[in-house]
Amino acid sequence: MQLSVWTYEGPPHIGAMRIATAMRDVHYVLHAPQGDTYADLLFTMIERRDRRPPVTYTTFQARDLGGDTADLLQSAVRAAYDRFQPQAMIVGASCTAELIQDDPGGLAQALRLPIPVIPLELPAYQRKENWGASETFYRIVRALAASSADGSPRREKETGARPVCNLLGPTALGFRHRDDLAEVTRQVVELGIEINVVAPWNATPADLARLPLADFNIVLYPEIAATAAQWLQRQFGQPYTRTIPIGVTATREFIAEVAQLAGVDAAPVLARTESRLPWYSRSVDSTYLTGKRVFIFGDATHAVAAARVATQELGFEVVGLGTYSREFAREIREAAAIYGVEPLITDDYLEVEARVGELRPELVLGTQMERHIAKRLGVPCAVISSPCHVQDFPARYSPQMGFEGANVLFDTWVHPLMMGLEEHLLGMFREDHEFADHAPSHLGAAPAAPASPPVRVVEPVTSTELAWASDAERELTKIPFFVRGKARRNTERFARERNVNLITLETLYDAKAHFGR
Amino acid sequence: MTIHAQPCAVPSTVSPDGVLRERGQREVFCGLTGIVWLHRKIQDAFFLVVGSRTCAHLIQSAAGVMIFAEPRFATAIMEERDLAGLVDANDELDRIVTQLLARRPEIKLLFLVGSCPSEVIKLDLSRAALRLSQRFSPGVRVLNYSGSGIETTFTQGEDACLASLVPVLPAADRGARPSLLVVGALADVVEDQFRRTFTALGIDQVSFLPPRRSSELPAIGPETRVLLAQPFLGDTARALEERGCRRIPAPFPLGGEGTALWLAAAAEAFGVSRAHVDRTIAPLKARAERALARYRAQLAGKRVFLFPDSQIEIPLARFLAREIGMELVEVGTPYLHRDHLAAELKLLPQDVLLSEGQDVERQLDRCRAARPDLVVCGLGLANPLEAEGLTTKWSIELIFTPIQGFEQAGDLAELFARPLLRQTRLAV
Repeated sequence: MQLSVWTYEGPPHIGAMRIATAMRDVHYVLHAPQGDTYADLLFTMIERRDRRPPVTYTTFQARDLGGDTADLLQSAVRAAYDRFQPQAMIVGASCTAELIQDDPGGLAQALRLPIPVIPLELPAYQRKENWGASETFYRIVRALAASSADGSPRREKETGARPVCNLLGPTALGFRHRDDLAEVTRQVVELGIEINVVAPWNATPADLARLPLADFNIVLYPEIAATAAQWLQRQFGQPYTRTIPIGVTATREFIAEVAQLAGVDAAPVLARTESRLPWYSRSVDSTYLTGKRVFIFGDATHAVAAARVATQELGFEVVGLGTYSREFAREIREAAAIYGVEPLITDDYLEVEARVGELRPELVLGTQMERHIAKRLGVPCAVISSPCHVQDFPARYSPQMGFEGANVLFDTWVHPLMMGLEEHLLGMFREDHEFADHAPSHLGAAPAAPASPPVRVVEPVTSTELAWASDAERELTKIPFFVRGKARRNTERFARERNVNLITLETLYDAKAHFGR
Repeated sequence: MTIHAQPCAVPSTVSPDGVLRERGQREVFCGLTGIVWLHRKIQDAFFLVVGSRTCAHLIQSAAGVMIFAEPRFATAIMEERDLAGLVDANDELDRIVTQLLARRPEIKLLFLVGSCPSEVIKLDLSRAALRLSQRFSPGVRVLNYSGSGIETTFTQGEDACLASLVPVLPAADRGARPSLLVVGALADVVEDQFRRTFTALGIDQVSFLPPRRSSELPAIGPETRVLLAQPFLGDTARALEERGCRRIPAPFPLGGEGTALWLAAAAEAFGVSRAHVDRTIAPLKARAERALARYRAQLAGKRVFLFPDSQIEIPLARFLAREIGMELVEVGTPYLHRDHLAAELKLLPQDVLLSEGQDVERQLDRCRAARPDLVVCGLGLANPLEAEGLTTKWSIELIFTPIQGFEQAGDLAELFARPLLRQTRLAV
């Protein structure tokens, strides 16, 4: 058992719902008890979808368990087919139905409906949402793309015909998938490449049957689409992209990679496309961003990309990097090594909170969980990854990918911070009563003393032989709260290393001189 | 109540009492959802769901947003090795509870909450609760109940929780004066108002279940009269009756009329004179009516369709029909407790269509065909219906908002008026 307060990911059948909901003319029959229908609100409320997810739940109750839940499932499948007339169906179990072992996929196939019925095996006690989405997408692609292959799937290329690709990955309840898709589509079209199928976003089963017609695949979200893309590569020889176009440099590399796969020249496009981020970052106002300590947590793809943008394009310093998705731990470990930080691979929200508390970053880039943590600790925060909440599905166009995405990143990561001169004034006039730690701030609640402090946050340990002189302690309060913990720790370390037992004003400033900022 | 013809045959039945009973897909929450409000109501209690990742995800999604304060609930998520018997689930549970109580030393009452998976694998949480209670006694009391979807629908979780508290309520002293126990979680402000009104009526031995702190568990006995504040408390009422308490039959305190009848029933049980009741209640009721007048003007004659959700639908329908003048198209309830709702059913219009249980697709068909002015439904249905041009009110707000009592009658009506008002304001 695992004690969990908040979860980063739902169970795997939620991942399957994300695929089914993103697609058209697919229906998902889920063997599940009543109550599991809560999942509909993720799509209708959080993502504000105007249609119910295409999901029928069997909603069995205790009284059904003694009887025939298998029959219940079959009648639900038949009723769903009659009512919704989908082109294909996926059938599976949620965590409870997995325990009663009815074999929903087999039962549904036994009905011999005149459409493809794709069984899903999503082990709810081992796997989680993103894996469920990836597995579902793979199963659907495999079932539908293979059946249409007829031995020679790829058309013979006419000379001069335009290169063709598929865009794989955008799905329901994804972080900015709608806008990323628009941005990347624009970029690909500009390269003179034709888009064959986008999936699962708005794709029908008939569209998936046409997947083999493309020359190559663009994978926007490996968490969702890498497994399917690998299968397409094995089956149809379609290569796929590895670069995730988040940030200016990565976008340029992405364009080069796509152009190379398509056999077109990227140079003209690279010459004329530009983002405002480089100039905004170089303009003098941004000097104060230099070395800002940033903690990054999210799905691996967004976290790794954010770390690169933060360091190379905004001049921040990455002090922490992690992900909740164990399937992509390797990617995070590799990136963490680049930045010289300890990778944090966990889906325990309390552990992340403890790490943020220890590191005292000046900015947190994370999921809605980290927004919550940052709020408690009084640290500015921007959301960069799922899981996210209703405000992360904005009305305005705000992609993360491409050149416009880079503009969005600059704005959304910099706005939560205090502006340069504001920070200077705070530093110079600490004793202004309106600058007090508990004075109203754009960060919201008073940061210093949360009502019930997270227990696992390691507070600076003051060993018995080490004491602070009162003037030094007072001076410490003049340091902004978000770096005070670090200053205290550094000073104590400095004192201990020199066998100083009483920390005076002099020790404080000696330590400051020793460690720098 | 008239019998309504059904467009489709199976598996609905209209019983001789005119209630449409359906068994199909139920678009409702399970009983775990009650934790979202119960964990704030009892300030030193903690709710540990023993379940799956789905359970954890449900509670956090139903809560809508992450609550700023650290929640007093969590999930012990069962994993493959727990199911495969590689580890003893009881040892694991003990480990988790120990870890939890170390982290939250202020907790005095811990509920182990059963879920669908824990029920299906027959994990005996009552024995676990007993064992853990002994281990952590006297600092922490451990109780258990089921909030599973196979056993409970939405507010039945609160019923199960409160029923689990009944056996540990202290016994009232022999020869104790008659006391009133108000049962069902209410907003603190509503509780305070009711307490003042009961005092004015001359009923001064009043306590509430659940209490705000586990140290304030009310004593009960044969002289305890139970007044239900919520219509979904079947098991709790039965458990209280088994301990000798007597239930006061009454409508529920929604709206001016409902609140007046509810208070009057209690007063009558305590032998308060009719004249004193009228004198005490009249000004409060008049104020509620003044507050309602404005909304009555906006809502009278509008047609409302209620999807089944919390079992509060029937008292709500009575309020909407009688005090606001709305026309009831269909009143759905997940479960119809005839005994506890007897006084309510008498007040409903004769020709109303009541439906119990659900087949959500067919109910949506009926709703679309009827084109009501307002649909009261759950979060999964609201936006899709809005997109179809229907106006909706989320039913969960009726559970999360103080709506009981005279002073809240206007607020209750306003919840229904707001979506319609919004329609008139928007020009896009």
